[in-house]
Amino acid sequence: MKINTESRLPRRDVLKWFASVTAATQLNPVGGLTLTAATSTPGTKGYGTDPDLAGHYQPGDFWPLTLTENQRRIAIALADLILPQDHLGPAASELRVVDYLDEWISAPYPRQVNDRREILPGLDWLEKESQRRFTKGFSALNAEQMRQVVDDICWPPDARPQHKQAAAFFQTFRSIAAGAYYATEPGWKAIGYVGNEALISFNGPPQEVLDQLGVEQTVKSGPIIQTGGFE
Amino acid sequence: MPETRPSQAKSEYDVAIVGSGAGGGQMAYTLTLAGLKCVLLEAGRAYHPDTETAMFQRRDQAPLMGVSTPDKDFGFHDATVDGGWDVPNEPYTQASKKDEEQFWWWRARMLGGRTNHWGRISLRNGPYDFKPHARDGLGFDWPLDYETVEPYYTKVERLIGVYGTNEGLENTPDSPDGVLLPAPKGRAAELLAQKHAKKVGVPIIPIHRAVLTKALDAETIPAKLHPGNQRAQKIVAASMRARAACFWATDCGRGCNIRANYQSTTVHLPPALATGNLDIIPDAHAREILMGRDDKATGVLFIDKTTGREERVKAKAVVIAASSGETVRILLNSRSNRSPNGLANSSGLVGKYIMDTVGADVRGHIPALENLPPHNEDGAGGSHFYAPWWLYQQQLAGKLDFARGYHIEMGGTRRMPGGGLPVAADLVRGAYGTRLKEDARRYYGASFGLACRGEMIPNEHSFAELDPNVKDKWGIPVVRWHWRWSDQELNMATHAVKTFTSIIEAMGGHVTHNAKMTGQDAIMNGGKIIHEVGGALMGADSRKSVCNEWNRTWDVKNLFLNDGSPFPSNADKNPTLTIMALAWRTADHIIAEARKGNL
Repeated sequence: MKINTESRLPRRDVLKWFASVTAATQLNPVGGLTLTAATSTPGTKGYGTDPDLAGHYQPGDFWPLTLTENQRRIAIALADLILPQDHLGPAASELRVVDYLDEWISAPYPRQVNDRREILPGLDWLEKESQRRFTKGFSALNAEQMRQVVDDICWPPDARPQHKQAAAFFQTFRSIAAGAYYATEPGWKAIGYVGNEALISFNGPPQEVLDQLGVEQTVKSGPIIQTGGFE
Repeated sequence: MPETRPSQAKSEYDVAIVGSGAGGGQMAYTLTLAGLKCVLLEAGRAYHPDTETAMFQRRDQAPLMGVSTPDKDFGFHDATVDGGWDVPNEPYTQASKKDEEQFWWWRARMLGGRTNHWGRISLRNGPYDFKPHARDGLGFDWPLDYETVEPYYTKVERLIGVYGTNEGLENTPDSPDGVLLPAPKGRAAELLAQKHAKKVGVPIIPIHRAVLTKALDAETIPAKLHPGNQRAQKIVAASMRARAACFWATDCGRGCNIRANYQSTTVHLPPALATGNLDIIPDAHAREILMGRDDKATGVLFIDKTTGREERVKAKAVVIAASSGETVRILLNSRSNRSPNGLANSSGLVGKYIMDTVGADVRGHIPALENLPPHNEDGAGGSHFYAPWWLYQQQLAGKLDFARGYHIEMGGTRRMPGGGLPVAADLVRGAYGTRLKEDARRYYGASFGLACRGEMIPNEHSFAELDPNVKDKWGIPVVRWHWRWSDQELNMATHAVKTFTSIIEAMGGHVTHNAKMTGQDAIMNGGKIIHEVGGALMGADSRKSVCNEWNRTWDVKNLFLNDGSPFPSNADKNPTLTIMALAWRTADHIIAEARKGNL
């Protein structure tokens, strides 16, 4: 019994959602989002302490997105390298991971503002490093060339001194990108999360899980077992 | 839920209640079902869980994948609105600049208060917990014992619905047969921990939580709760029928629009409103208690936040259930010639002995949990298992360097992912591409955390007072906190870290977070566990306490405190169930007094 969340949406939310999607698409066709390519400062206001919690939102609803076209292109290429299409699911770009990244680095909150200071120079570094090594922008590199650049920065403890800053950027970027990827239903499937659906009963882990762990289900069904009494 | 504007309030009520959470909600419920006319003041806005709760919303449908921000401290989908560590226009201050002496004050500003988002853990205090001083010579005894409170624990459990089992363990009370709802099945990591913790002597058993694992029996329970009161039985039965059993999805912290878990707004207030005896005034920021010439309270002075104007409600009795810090603020601000140091403060003890719960956690990686076949572990939207304190005898024999206990809360990670890298970076190291996705799948759910929730002993250095300079937006002096843990708590945290490390290692894992930490390093700031109690202790001696055993202030005969402020001790058991049990008991006392014409 899976409850379709879309059909449970109150009508005003559906209308609001359609309105926002339509407005965004009309403003800018790229990814269906409101892009303010020229600005590079994050929003100044968050969603406040009393947003509609039951709403369904998408990047751009609360503050403008700020990545430039070129920054987007680099970010999409890197996100797809980190989370490619494979036997576990679609590529990051298909799940609009960079839209979420853009929302993140455009947000006014301290943690996100901090990440922005790492992400924007990091994207810039990727582009310059690709130009230096291959005389092409990062998004124009082939997969092998991309790996050559990324292998130098993918794990901070192994990175050379001149790559430490780029390596820190990669960790932050990967965390945000994976955070967005696995927030989606295809992401759940990729990682093996099962849930968020209404069930008649909760039966605990299946037998094969119990067997693999060498444990038994200790909470028995039916009447509660009384193993002792206070009164 | 219908709300009342100050201008629509009746000229006088039987009882005015400040605060709409566990204590205020229970008070409104019990009093109105007995026919008393009540007004409930809530400092936050009205809240409608039926339409405002995020139930199946995914993280990708929330801004910033739902992660916590200064606007939403516990994440976007957490039920809390307008509350948190900082509340706009209502500052509080710290007496010390030292990090370890900060008190983090988490406040709710919405109808139902903190009950909307809490963990629903509902543990009874045991017999020792009411007489801790008699047992170890520290702190204070309650002027109550377990047998006195027991019938009220049972009533509350029957009303709100609590799942769990009776295990017959020391100082971990069983409920009477048939009161608890069935415990949910153990999850993979919980079962693994249960099996291996035995090796280090830690008993892991089903926890008690206020979630309906089956529908409440609306045919028989109301008569047990309200014998001889047909109208109350009918109203409560209807309210119980409106609550559905848990459908095993969505975290309880989001609230629950099918009313499967307890919130004041879904369990206490609907039947209270159905009596026609309750008016709720939201956005009402209580400033002081109004007093008559005969040293009796006559009502409450508050700010209507929607207009900024001062308003008054009048009542024959007043209940404050606003949380320890707010109750202290209101009492100390209620100054007059007759009570220059604040109301109900002839003992000088209002604000003293604030307590929180000792918090410290350890997380580990458990290889046995890698690569488990995907399966649904959402469960009851919170913990299923815990370990009650198990070393009472060793403490009695003087073998430990701390006097009180802690229980262990625990959890695996096969939950809804998103918002960050779903597995530890140390495990996946520099992985990207398909290898990262395979590693994420392998390690997802293989992290296991254990958390200490321990008893703090009240001390002279932890208290609340009014800041002499700082005022809130409406000119009301605010609370200034003083905080210090004692060696009792630090030693407990050290013990907890060692124990948790042993459990993780017994499970075949290794510690990834807070390994080998000292208690001083591992203990969380005061207030962080949001179990703030004390500040107006109850006792048997009017010179040494603020309230008597009925939660009635010694100085003002018709003023009652029904949040955690009268707690003389803060057992490791989470305070909410005890707040409700004592509120019901106080309400019965008020009803009896009203019938005698004594209000």
